Amino acid sequence: MDSSDFFGISSIAYVLAMVLYISYLAFKNNTIGILATTFTIAGFASHTIAFIIRWKEFYDLGKMGILRAVPLTNLYESLVFFVWCIILGYLIIEWKYKTRTFGAFITPISAMALAFIDISGMSKEIHPLVPALQSNWLLAHVTLSFIAYAGFSVSFATAIMYLALSIDDKKSPYYILWTVMLGLFSIVLLAMGIDYLTFKIAGLSQKVFLKNYLFKATFRNESFLISITSYALSVCIILFIWNYGIYLKKLISSFKITQNQLDELTYKSIAVGFPVFTLGGLIFGAVWADQAWGRYWSWDPKETWSLITWFVYAFYIHARLLRGWRGAKIAIVSIVGFVSTIFTYLGVNLLLSGLHSYGSM
Amino acid sequence: MLNPSFIDRIWYFLSSVKLAIFVFTTIGISSIFGTIIDQSSDPEKNIKLLTKIFGQSIALDVYKIIDTIGLNNMYHSWWFITLLFVFASNLIVCTLERLPSVLKIIKEPIKPINEEQFSNFPIRHHFTLNMHIDKASKLISDAFSKSGFKLYENREDNNIQSYSEKGKYSRLGLYITHISILLLFLGVIAGLFKGFNGYLNLLEGTNSSVAYLQNGQEIPLGFEIRCDDFDVSFYEGSDTPKSYKSNLTIIENGKEVLKQQIEVNSPLRYKGITFYQSSYGFSPSPQSLFHFRITSRSKKQLETKIHFDEQFTIPDTNITVKVADFSPAIAMDESGKLFTYADNMVNPAVFLEFYDGKSIINRQWVLKRFPQSWVFPEGEIEFVDLWGSQYTGLQVRKDPGVWLVYLACLIMSVGLYMSFFMTHKKIWILLKKNANKTDVIIVASTNKYKNTFENKIQETVSSLLKTDK
Ligand code: HEM
Repeated sequence: MDSSDFFGISSIAYVLAMVLYISYLAFKNNTIGILATTFTIAGFASHTIAFIIRWKEFYDLGKMGILRAVPLTNLYESLVFFVWCIILGYLIIEWKYKTRTFGAFITPISAMALAFIDISGMSKEIHPLVPALQSNWLLAHVTLSFIAYAGFSVSFATAIMYLALSIDDKKSPYYILWTVMLGLFSIVLLAMGIDYLTFKIAGLSQKVFLKNYLFKATFRNESFLISITSYALSVCIILFIWNYGIYLKKLISSFKITQNQLDELTYKSIAVGFPVFTLGGLIFGAVWADQAWGRYWSWDPKETWSLITWFVYAFYIHARLLRGWRGAKIAIVSIVGFVSTIFTYLGVNLLLSGLHSYGSM
Repeated sequence: MLNPSFIDRIWYFLSSVKLAIFVFTTIGISSIFGTIIDQSSDPEKNIKLLTKIFGQSIALDVYKIIDTIGLNNMYHSWWFITLLFVFASNLIVCTLERLPSVLKIIKEPIKPINEEQFSNFPIRHHFTLNMHIDKASKLISDAFSKSGFKLYENREDNNIQSYSEKGKYSRLGLYITHISILLLFLGVIAGLFKGFNGYLNLLEGTNSSVAYLQNGQEIPLGFEIRCDDFDVSFYEGSDTPKSYKSNLTIIENGKEVLKQQIEVNSPLRYKGITFYQSSYGFSPSPQSLFHFRITSRSKKQLETKIHFDEQFTIPDTNITVKVADFSPAIAMDESGKLFTYADNMVNPAVFLEFYDGKSIINRQWVLKRFPQSWVFPEGEIEFVDLWGSQYTGLQVRKDPGVWLVYLACLIMSVGLYMSFFMTHKKIWILLKKNANKTDVIIVASTNKYKNTFENKIQETVSSLLKTDK
């Protein structure tokens, strides 16, 4: 078996775990909960094996230092690693806080990332490294960035839960915000799932790049009817979540998680994510750019967006510690931070042009 | 004369956190524009984008506005630099404002507190141990020293107060972080004013004593640099480059002082100037030399360098070989016709003609990257290089501020670690003699992560109660 088989096993395990965690939330049956954890751990184990095998494959191919052969050189590999970090972080939380509720929020993010990898047609082949990437800083830069992204994802999930728990007035802007965010998130997940199916059915070649295929089956469909229906359906989904969002509150509160815990967890994941992001994302990125190109900062879109993300989280920290922002207000800052993180990671590559060859597919 | 209250007001303005939050937001939002609007000087791209968004009729007017406020060269515009400047001043003033009080906290050792004060801590435990006060005191001090608190004791008639603190220097973390940002600014400014960022294209075999800025201006280096050789290597069977290598020599006062091979991630540094491998190109001339390594059938070896149209003789034979054609990147189309598919030397090949006296006896393409093509009845002819035809593109930089930037990054890491992973914790424990038993009150405070600390104390208390049974 090669690495992609193991990756396949783990993505299936995560998707199953997602279903199980959600049923666990719905039925509160402990056996289902244990099963969900088991699937997550099994998926994680397989994921780890796959990562190691891929590292070895890469090492054998490139015949360079073991550290330089770390499989984190393109968008596909970095997403795979991102999911790995998220799941690891989640398992630690489940073990330390003895609660499975977060699973229902975190596994969908992982499943979404894996689905995204699969549809995107992002090259899964092992490519030898072009000279600019042959640096040990790459390992430090990319690994730490992803650990930080994982921390930010956790803070996003807990912030959404916080909002879900604390607000039941459907007309409150905070309520609208979190339901719309959750709605958009589900819609993107769903649309990519549909992309995936049609993509597989059409049997298109991997050369059809993500840029061309994303949302082709839905919003960007050639048929006007399909695309308008997709928009209409999205609105319905958002309205649905808006209308039934209060049930989520009942679910979460039945698990004895308090608002305070969620608030602190959001802060803590940012308190881990922010310094790691500063060191790995900004500092090591700058050192590497300095080594490779002779400038530590060149305001290219990827760098600039990392800086924007950094400022959002700096804003979070100062607003919280100095202005004493708490509750819904601060939860929203962390949601904005995560949107910015996602954009730094994906949006820049998909929508803006830049020098950052690293993220190219 | 300036009105002192005016200065006060500016000071107050610059120390406010609201200003910091405003600056964060403004820099963030304007940077978003900076990543959408193309920042190169070419207006065409932006006009195209604007036409898409606003339509033909007003795109030009919008562009004029953008151009006037400098959104298309934002990071160098006066207002963006002002923003950064305000940001730095804000940080300085804010730090100065708070530093003295924090230094005071750090200087003052923890003191025992009054008995009344024990009732107003959010983290508080009250319990009774079934043992003599001395034994209880010993037990408690052991339990807390396990989690890193060294307890000081203060004995009075019938009670003992123990207290301790941990991580008080972590309070400096945020100042260290802030100061590192200022250092970073200093480093960047030093680089901007005292350094330069230029480039230099050097053909193999040539040298230069200057580099060039983007606008074409010459910058003297103070020494000479020569490119001895440039080479790209590729991954087997593909055109994916594996490495770019330049062999460089530094010449000072006519003497060679340093020879070094550079690659993309390993530049050459000399006297504060750094040369990075950044690009390359192909620019052949009649002076370029074809370099061959010949092994005849009698196993005689010969290395030779000849110009285009010149000849060499294969050892131990009368056969001469002439370079008759050249392609930097040869490929074959479907009908078997040869063509050149790239401007650079990606897959170089020479066309050799073999003469026996006056008559041609053989002709063949020899490809540098394909040893199969080197084989002839007369022996093996390896095409080593076309020397003097490629230039190496060097990025040339002098940045006397870069070490400050690195130092700032290091300090920032330390500061962030102290701010987020260390906390300032304090505990006070009051033991009261109650016949043969001991009443215990434990209170604690921390500047961060209260819940975690609370749980930790809870654990210690539970274990104390357990040993008591
Ligand atoms: C992007 C630049 C900045 C970064 C990365 C930064 C970073 C930090 C960090 C890491 C902390 C410590 C947080 C903690 O203790 O958990 C902090 C606190 C603080 N920052 Fe900044 N800071 C920045 C800019 C500023 C500016 C411009 C001001 C000026 C108003 C400022 C004022 C403060 C103050 C007063 C605190 C103390 C918080 C407290 O007492 O708990 N910071 N900052």
